[in-house]
Amino acid sequence: MADRISRDDVVHVAALARLHLTDDELDRFTVQLGAVLDHAADVAALDTAGVAPTAHPIPLVNVLRDDTPMPGLGPDEVLSQAPAVEDGRFRVPRILGEAP
Amino acid sequence: MPPLPGEGTAAAIAQAVRAGERTAVDVVEEHLARIAGREPAVHAFNLVLADEARAAAARIDQVVSAGDDPGPLAGVPVALKDNLCTRGTPTTCSSRILEHWVPPYDATVVSRLAAAGAIFVGKTNLDEFAMGSSTENSAFGPTRNPHDLSRVPGGSSGGSAAAVAAGFAPLALGSDTGGSIRQPAALCGVVGAKPTYGLVSRYGLVAFASSLDQIGPLATTVADAALLLEVIAGHDGADSTSIPQPGPRDLVAAVDEGVEGLRIGVVRELTEGADGDVAARLEEAVRALEAAGAKVDEVSVPTAAHGLSAYYLLAPAEASSNLARYDGVRYGLRVDAPDVAAMNYATRSAGFGTEVKRRIMLGTYALSAGYYDAYYGQAQRVRTLILRDFETAYATFDLLLAPTTPTTAFPLGAKTSDPLAMYLSDVCTVPSNLAGHPAVSVPYGVGDDGLPVGVQVLAPALGESVMFRAAGALERRAPGAQRDAAPGAQRDAAPGGQGPGRP
Repeated sequence: MADRISRDDVVHVAALARLHLTDDELDRFTVQLGAVLDHAADVAALDTAGVAPTAHPIPLVNVLRDDTPMPGLGPDEVLSQAPAVEDGRFRVPRILGEAP
Repeated sequence: MPPLPGEGTAAAIAQAVRAGERTAVDVVEEHLARIAGREPAVHAFNLVLADEARAAAARIDQVVSAGDDPGPLAGVPVALKDNLCTRGTPTTCSSRILEHWVPPYDATVVSRLAAAGAIFVGKTNLDEFAMGSSTENSAFGPTRNPHDLSRVPGGSSGGSAAAVAAGFAPLALGSDTGGSIRQPAALCGVVGAKPTYGLVSRYGLVAFASSLDQIGPLATTVADAALLLEVIAGHDGADSTSIPQPGPRDLVAAVDEGVEGLRIGVVRELTEGADGDVAARLEEAVRALEAAGAKVDEVSVPTAAHGLSAYYLLAPAEASSNLARYDGVRYGLRVDAPDVAAMNYATRSAGFGTEVKRRIMLGTYALSAGYYDAYYGQAQRVRTLILRDFETAYATFDLLLAPTTPTTAFPLGAKTSDPLAMYLSDVCTVPSNLAGHPAVSVPYGVGDDGLPVGVQVLAPALGESVMFRAAGALERRAPGAQRDAAPGAQRDAAPGGQGPGRP
């Protein structure tokens, strides 16, 4: 099992998860995530050589449906819950570096 | 006060409404009056649908007047966990990030209930995105246990369990990812079942951990839980993980079949950590099942002891992936910022509560480069070992038995500062989710504190019918059970104790 999670790890993971954490949250999460991962050490200790992983409890592969046209939600309905809309599309703040 | 067993059950209400002996309007008014009386203290609901319920009841009564049959749940009030999508009605997941979201479609379970004549009385409170074991992680305040308002109702379906226990509705739907139906059912003294993974469509259930999530019933009686499950089970093309076969139609009948000749194993690893009073009720339940004709022995499911550790790697990993969709772009909260990345950060940081952030962090870490195989991969392999151990146990036994929770309901605030202590509430329930197997919690007497104790019946995949046989037998023999009112019950003495006081 890997080394105990550090505060720097928590800072890195928060960036991956797109979360701003306060200093207090970073301190608490470092301790709390460490405790959960310590508890998980028993899982790491089990011999699983040659054991296939289970991603899903009920094996299902290639679930297909008939290629039949079905009514879907209309654009107005879909866009009705958007925080911002323009010309029938989701409006977002600028993505690249140029001025808005 | 909830009605006495037999009087206000879903089965009795539906029968009376279909026969024209009671109106759905009267039934709904009676339940809305109970809600008006105690909901301010209990806070089971995020939203009470009083006007909508009255209108739906009037439509049911018109169907009956016209000589038609509204369906098997005619006029029955049902409470919906607020992570089940309801077209035109807010679905918040008790999160700020979805506080004002109104889904444009119904969950499949919601459509099926409506088609069966059920009436929705409200959306129930939950731990945010179903992450928690006490309903204290709701952004809209905790739900309280109707048996003792200083105690938690359990979670994450705490609002649904409390609504049923308080008599606000005879039926509720919850979702169970690691015990979120069974644990609150146990702590609130009601019946709660997690079906086989894939038996009930997850279409319209807001995703937490997709390989573990399953919708299921909460009810005051085992027969009502079976009835509700019959209505919602069965294949749905809108959920690609839905088992491609019709749902079972023998569950209600199974409740009265008894347990003569069934082989039942008590899982040692799930019993060891239980408090003394919980262990004592389980022992009494074993004797009751033996008296009813079952053959009960102890069984070891060695890797079940590791279920909790595996679960708290797998579920957060899946959650961190599922909750990546809350980015402020298409629906839900947006906190404005000069560019998209800053808007994503600001939205997610403001919209998610502490526990959700903690799980996203844990899952992101378990999936991150360098740690993926040690945590996520290893937990998936342990999941295989747990499945194998269950398979071995079910070669000898028809059913397994365990406590639902190690303790009775704990005080509000007791575990909020120690996440690991809170997670340990799920130790007896997570193995069934990892295996995809069904399990049901049945109230069985009370603990030393007078609060309800739940006994859990576990079954192999698609073993719901035999599971409900044992659940029915336990219900008839539980301390304080009204055995005379239960059809098919044998009239021998129930062992030990008194039933829980009515909340």
